[in-house]
Amino acid sequence: MNTGESVEMPGGMQGVVSDWSADKEAFKVPWGKAMMWIFLVSDTFIFASFLTGYMTVRMSTTVPWPNPSEVFALTIAGHHIPLILIAIMTFVLITSSGTMAMAVNYGYRGDRKKVVILMLLTALLGASFVGMQAFEWTKLIVEEGVRPWGNPMGAAQFGSTFFMITGFHGLHVSAGVIYLSVVAFKVWRGDYEKKGNYEIVEITGLYWHFVDLVWVFIFAFFYLW
Amino acid sequence: MAHVAIADEGQELHHPKSWVTAYIWSQDHKVIAIQYGITAISVGLVALVLSGLMRLQLGFPDTFSFLAPYEYYQYVTMHGMIMVIYLLTALFLGGFGNYLIPLMLGARDMVFPFLNMLSFWVYLLSVIVLMASFFVPSGPTGAGWTLYPPQAILEGTPGAGAGILLMLVSLAIFIVAFTMGGLNYVVTVLQARTRGMTLMRMPLSVWAIFVATILGLLAFPALFVSAIMMTLDLQIGTSFFMPAILSMGENLEYEGGSPVLFQHLFWFFGHPEVYIVALPAFGLVSDVLSTHARKSIFGYRMMVWAILAIGGISFIVWAHHMYVSGMNPYFGFFFATTTLIIAIPTAIKVYNWVLTLWRGNIHLTVPMLFAIGFIFTFIHGGLTGLFLGNVSVDVPLSDTYFVIGHFHMVMGVSPVLVLFAAIYHWFPKITGRMFHNALGVWHFWITFLGTYAIYLPMHYLGFLGVPRRYYAYGTTDLIPESAHTMNAGITVAAFIVGTAQILFFINVFWSLRKGKKADPNPWRATTLEWQTPQTPPAHGNWGPELPVVYRWAYEYSTPGSAEDFIPQTDPVDETHPSSGE
Repeated sequence: MNTGESVEMPGGMQGVVSDWSADKEAFKVPWGKAMMWIFLVSDTFIFASFLTGYMTVRMSTTVPWPNPSEVFALTIAGHHIPLILIAIMTFVLITSSGTMAMAVNYGYRGDRKKVVILMLLTALLGASFVGMQAFEWTKLIVEEGVRPWGNPMGAAQFGSTFFMITGFHGLHVSAGVIYLSVVAFKVWRGDYEKKGNYEIVEITGLYWHFVDLVWVFIFAFFYLW
Repeated sequence: MAHVAIADEGQELHHPKSWVTAYIWSQDHKVIAIQYGITAISVGLVALVLSGLMRLQLGFPDTFSFLAPYEYYQYVTMHGMIMVIYLLTALFLGGFGNYLIPLMLGARDMVFPFLNMLSFWVYLLSVIVLMASFFVPSGPTGAGWTLYPPQAILEGTPGAGAGILLMLVSLAIFIVAFTMGGLNYVVTVLQARTRGMTLMRMPLSVWAIFVATILGLLAFPALFVSAIMMTLDLQIGTSFFMPAILSMGENLEYEGGSPVLFQHLFWFFGHPEVYIVALPAFGLVSDVLSTHARKSIFGYRMMVWAILAIGGISFIVWAHHMYVSGMNPYFGFFFATTTLIIAIPTAIKVYNWVLTLWRGNIHLTVPMLFAIGFIFTFIHGGLTGLFLGNVSVDVPLSDTYFVIGHFHMVMGVSPVLVLFAAIYHWFPKITGRMFHNALGVWHFWITFLGTYAIYLPMHYLGFLGVPRRYYAYGTTDLIPESAHTMNAGITVAAFIVGTAQILFFINVFWSLRKGKKADPNPWRATTLEWQTPQTPPAHGNWGPELPVVYRWAYEYSTPGSAEDFIPQTDPVDETHPSSGE
C-alpha cells in the first residue's frame, strides 16, 4: 500500500502491473491530462467513423470518382502542379506541431516568454492552415462548381464527404487556435507561475498533435487515394 | 522525486453559497445524480404512457380509437428511443454513476465538477429538444427507433421534416452531454480513489459503470457521425445513406448512397449500447445480491474479467442485428460466432450470482426481491438471445413479436428491475429515510409476475409469425383468432403492471415525508458509501479526513468475525480477519 513516502518505482512490465494495481491512481499523470487522452481516443472513433463512411460511399456510388490530384491542382506561374496547396497546408500543420512541441519543452524549463511566443506561433500557423482551407473551399465552390449534393466532375459523394470531413477537421483546428490563444494569454498573465506548473501547455499540445495526426490520415485517404 | 498522488493534495471544493448554487446550478455529484434521476424518470413516464396507448390499440383495435396509424408509428419510435437512451442510459450512468462512483471510491466529488454540472444541463437540453418534436406540426418522427434510411427521412414517413430533424439534433446533443459526464466517470475511477482503494478492491458497481462508460465513449461517436450524415442528407441533399430512389411517384435527387452503411454505423453504436445499459445493471445487482445474501460475491475476479470481456467483445457483434439486411452471408457466420462467444462471460456472471445466493443467509428485503427477479428475467431474455444470435433461426423470427419479447425481457424489464432494486437499496442513503416495506413488496410481485404475463405470450406470437410494428392486423389466415385474444390479454396485463408503478411513486413521496429515519447503514453493508459521517452524505462526502480502505468490498460472514460484515474501512486484525484477495 502507498504510505505516501518516496518509493522506488519498478520499470517495464512490472511497472505497468504495479501502476494498475496501485491505490489512488492508475497513471502517474494529472487529471486533466488523463481526461484529454480519453477524450482523444473517443474523438478518434468519430474521425474513424467519418473516414469509414467516406470509403463506403466511395465504393457504393455508381458514378466515377473525380481524380483528387487533378481537382486539387493549382496553376502557379504557368506550371500546373497537382496537390500543391494541400502539400503546403500539410507542411504548415506539421510545422505547427514542431513549434508546439518546443513550447511544451520551454514550459518544463519554466521559460514563460518563449512558451508564449511559440504557442502564438503555433496558433498563427493553425490559423493560416484554416485560411488556406477557406481558399481551397472557395476555389472548389466558385470555380469548379462543387456542391455537397453534386459536382460536374463525377460522384456527388465527392463533394459531400470532402466538405463534411475537412469541415469537421477545420472546426477542430479552429477550436485549437482559440484554445491555444487562451492558454497562451493565461501563460503570459502568469496564471501558471502561481500554480508552479505548465502541464496545461502539454495538455493543449496533446490536442494539437492529435488534430495534426488526423490530418495525415485525411490527407492519405482523401487526397492521395 | 517521489510522486504525490493528486488525491493527496489539498483539493479545492466548489462551495455553494446560495440555495440556487446548491440545488440548481449545483456542482455536487449527489445533487447532479438526483437531477439526472428525476429527469430520466420523468421522460421515462412519457414513454410508459406511449406504450400504454399502443397496447390499447393492439389489444382492442376495434374498440378504441385513440391512435391514428401514423401516431402509432410515432409512439413506437419515441417509446423505444426514450426508454433506451434518455431513460436507461441516463439513469444508470448519469444517475447511479454520478451518485455512487465518488462515494464508493472515497472521493470528495468527481474530478471535474463544473463539467459534470454542464453534462446534466446539456442532457436536459437534449430532452427538451426531443420533447419539442411532439409539438411541431409534423409531430415526432415515426421512423422506428432504429431510424433506418431511406424511409426515415422521406416524405410519407410520419414526422418527416421537423420530427426527424429534432430527433437527430437531440441525439447529437445527448452525445455531447454523455461525453462530458463520461470523461468525468472514467478519470475519477482511474485517478481519484482514496488510500487503499486499489482497482481490485472496487465494488462491482463501480467496475461495471466504469467499463460501460468506456463503451459509451467509444460507441456513441458512431451514432454521432451517423446523425450528422443523416442530417446532411435531410437538410442539404447529400447522398450518404440515400440511393437513387422513386418516392411518391417522382425521382428524388438522391443517388449512390449506402443505406447499409447507416445500419453498420447505427449498430456499431447500438450493440455496445445494449451493454452500456446491461453492465451497470450487472454491477449494481451484484452488490445488492451480495449484501442481502450476507455472503461475499462468488468469484469477484472472474466477475471483473467477465465485465471486461463483455465490454471488449460487444464491439464485434453488431451485425447480428443485420442478418436480414442483405449483407454478405459470411459476415453472418462471423457475427453469429462472436455472439455465441459473448454468451460465455455473460453466463459466468449468471452462475456467479446464483452461487452467491447458494447457502447464503438470504434476507428477502425489497431490493433483494427485485435483484432475484432480475436473475429470472435475465436468464429468460438471455436464452432467447441465443435463438436470435443464430442466422438460420433469426431469419424467420426477425421482425416478429419474438424479437419484441426477447428484447423487452433482456433489455427492458431486466435493467428496470435492477433500477428498482438499486433505488430501494440506496434510498435510505440518498434520502435519509426508509421506504414503506409492504408497498415495495406489492410493487415487486405485481411488476415481476405481470412482466411474464406481458412478454411470455409475445414469444408465442412470434413463433406464429405475427409481425411487429403493425398498427392493426385485421383478419388474415396467418394470424389465428387465439392470437387476437392473446393480444387483448397482454394489454390487460400491461395496464395492471403500468398502473402498479403508481405504488412506487406513492412509496417514494410518502417515505420522503413520513418514512422512518434511516440508520446510516441499514443493510449492514461493507462498501464506503454506507460509512459516511452524515446520512444523506454532506457536501464533500467525508468530513475532514478521507476514508482509508483496508480490504475488499465483499467482507460478509467472514469466519472468525463477530459481526456478519466488516466495512472496507476497518483495519485487518485478529477480530476483523480478511477473507478476500
